[in-house]
Amino acid sequence: MAQTTSAAEPTRRDFLYIATGAVGAVGVAGVAWPFISSLAPDAQTVAAGAPVELDLTPIAEGQIVKLFWRGNLIFVRHRTAEEIQAARSAPLTALRDPQPDEARTKEGKAQWLVVYGNCTHLGCVPLGQQGEYKGWFCPCHGSIFDTSGRVRGGPAPINLPVPPYTFTSDTAIRIGAEA
Amino acid sequence: MSDHPTTYVPQSALAKWFESRLPVMGLLHSSFVAFPVPRNLNYFWTFGAVLFFMLISQIVTGIVLAMHYTPHADYAFQSVEHIMRDVNYGWLLRYLHANGASMFFVAVYIHIFRGLYYGSYKAPREVLWILGVIILLLMMATAFMGYVLPWGQMSFWGATVITNLFSAIPVVGEGIVHFLWGGFSVGNPTLNRFFSLHYLLPFMILGVAMLHVWALHVPGNNNPTGVPIKSGKDAVPFHPYMTVKDAFSLVLFLILFSWFVFYMPNYLGHADNYIPANPSVTPAHIVPEWYFLPFYAILRAIPDKLGGVIAMFASIAILAFLPWLDTSKVRSAAYRPLYRIFSWVFVLCAIGLGYLGAMPAEGGYVIASRLLTAYYFAHFLIIIPLLGLFETPKPLPNSIVESVLGKAGSGSGLPTGAAAEPQTKG
Ligand code: HEM
Ligand code: FES
Repeated sequence: MAQTTSAAEPTRRDFLYIATGAVGAVGVAGVAWPFISSLAPDAQTVAAGAPVELDLTPIAEGQIVKLFWRGNLIFVRHRTAEEIQAARSAPLTALRDPQPDEARTKEGKAQWLVVYGNCTHLGCVPLGQQGEYKGWFCPCHGSIFDTSGRVRGGPAPINLPVPPYTFTSDTAIRIGAEA
Repeated sequence: MSDHPTTYVPQSALAKWFESRLPVMGLLHSSFVAFPVPRNLNYFWTFGAVLFFMLISQIVTGIVLAMHYTPHADYAFQSVEHIMRDVNYGWLLRYLHANGASMFFVAVYIHIFRGLYYGSYKAPREVLWILGVIILLLMMATAFMGYVLPWGQMSFWGATVITNLFSAIPVVGEGIVHFLWGGFSVGNPTLNRFFSLHYLLPFMILGVAMLHVWALHVPGNNNPTGVPIKSGKDAVPFHPYMTVKDAFSLVLFLILFSWFVFYMPNYLGHADNYIPANPSVTPAHIVPEWYFLPFYAILRAIPDKLGGVIAMFASIAILAFLPWLDTSKVRSAAYRPLYRIFSWVFVLCAIGLGYLGAMPAEGGYVIASRLLTAYYFAHFLIIIPLLGLFETPKPLPNSIVESVLGKAGSGSGLPTGAAAEPQTKG
């Protein structure tokens, strides 16, 4: 007892104190991780992300079809000639998230637009063929999208993203798998 | 308070035996029977008791509802309808719980206004005030997750919009949202964890509320003059004076509560929530519950996603900084002619924001929301700091008893000995 050193110099006790604390912190983090990780999308949910097939033949020109992939809503839009024309002639400088329509559709398939169906603002489902550009209009906070699904107004920060998909034939696509 | 030691004297042998082992009766007695409160407290001071009642009411109705409710995306909606139609008095339990949430917020907003108006947040009550802000945040989280449980259209889209707020965080936002959902969209895992948290959070509120009362009992209550208790004549014992006032106020409050429950149980709700959740269609006009509308208006007023989210959270967080934003030494608005006016203008601003939050986000409504949002923040960041520097307060009374009875009355002219020596009663 008499030999307790003053705080001036680090002692072996200080070392043990810090070392124990450090190991304890690693232990707490190690135990916390399983709890946090359990909140992530589980294996079943991830497995439900298997690609889905869609036959395009019944989709009439001008029609928008909704389907789900991985729990996410997806729009498949059979665009009319005017809609393609409107999307392609928009100057890129007028866009918040500049992307040419060609980069959002597959080559030679300009009539087919496949995009996620939740507004990039806060996730509502925008209404088709509405709003200033007759693409989509989001009723929640007024975001406007053009016929390429690109944001043209309102609070949405980015374009409706294009999910990974490929044409398996001339009239069918598979969503969830890139070629 | 140190000059008011507990006057509890256990009577029976059992009570003496118990008290010497766990002095909890003495603690309750000194906190809720003998505790000295300012003699001039008005009805604004009864809402703490109302809030406590509402919390217990939500917990009791909630526990019984949970016995009949199924937290699964395929069954939740039906199980709530089952509660409404098949369970004995299920309609009553659910209407008490759903309207109880609204009443809880009515009471908490009045309670907060009381604090703002009478300067209750100022030293030495800063920690008490911050604990209150934490309770408000927990209440909001609880009510939001509760509203998701019936799994109607408003539940689903409310959950989608509010969880998506976190996607505004740069880089990690999307990952955080997937962790909140337990999937790639709002779905069954989301409902399950919200139910778990909705059950948990009220008990956390209860814990923080106890700290809140503890922090209150250190300096004691503020009062309409803002002048602290200086002598026994300024105070009356909690029981019977405050218990009876609280009870009377609670009865009036319960009449209002019952009126909603029995005569207009769905008035405060939204009809679309009686449509089962449908992830492919958003209701044409989505609005949150009324008690979130002012904050929702602030969210929508900012034309930038991240900016809107920050402004919304800041509008609540700013309350926690109020004790340091206010530069005035005088607590009560009764003695601050300018602050008195501005505190009512602030109420109008908050109500205005609430109205705008319910309107569509277009045209003039957007402009008005922006103006009121700017005013909301200016109130805290400009008006309150400047008022303390430029306002001339009215002269403060020397004591509470002087403000109540006038200068003459502060002497011996009290009607009864009971009022003159209140701390010895009870
Ligand atoms: C701070 C206290 C609480 C608040 C503010 C609150 C709020 C809410 C709200 C707003 C709803 C939706 C009502 C509707 O439209 O149907 C709800 C539902 C529900 N709550 Fe609570 N709640 C609280 C405490 C509790 C507790 C402690 C439990 C369980 C132990 C609970 C269990 C439930 C259940 C099972 C539902 C779904 C049934 C229904 O929708 O009526 N709540 N809650
Ligand atoms: S969710 Fe579409 S504009 Fe907000």
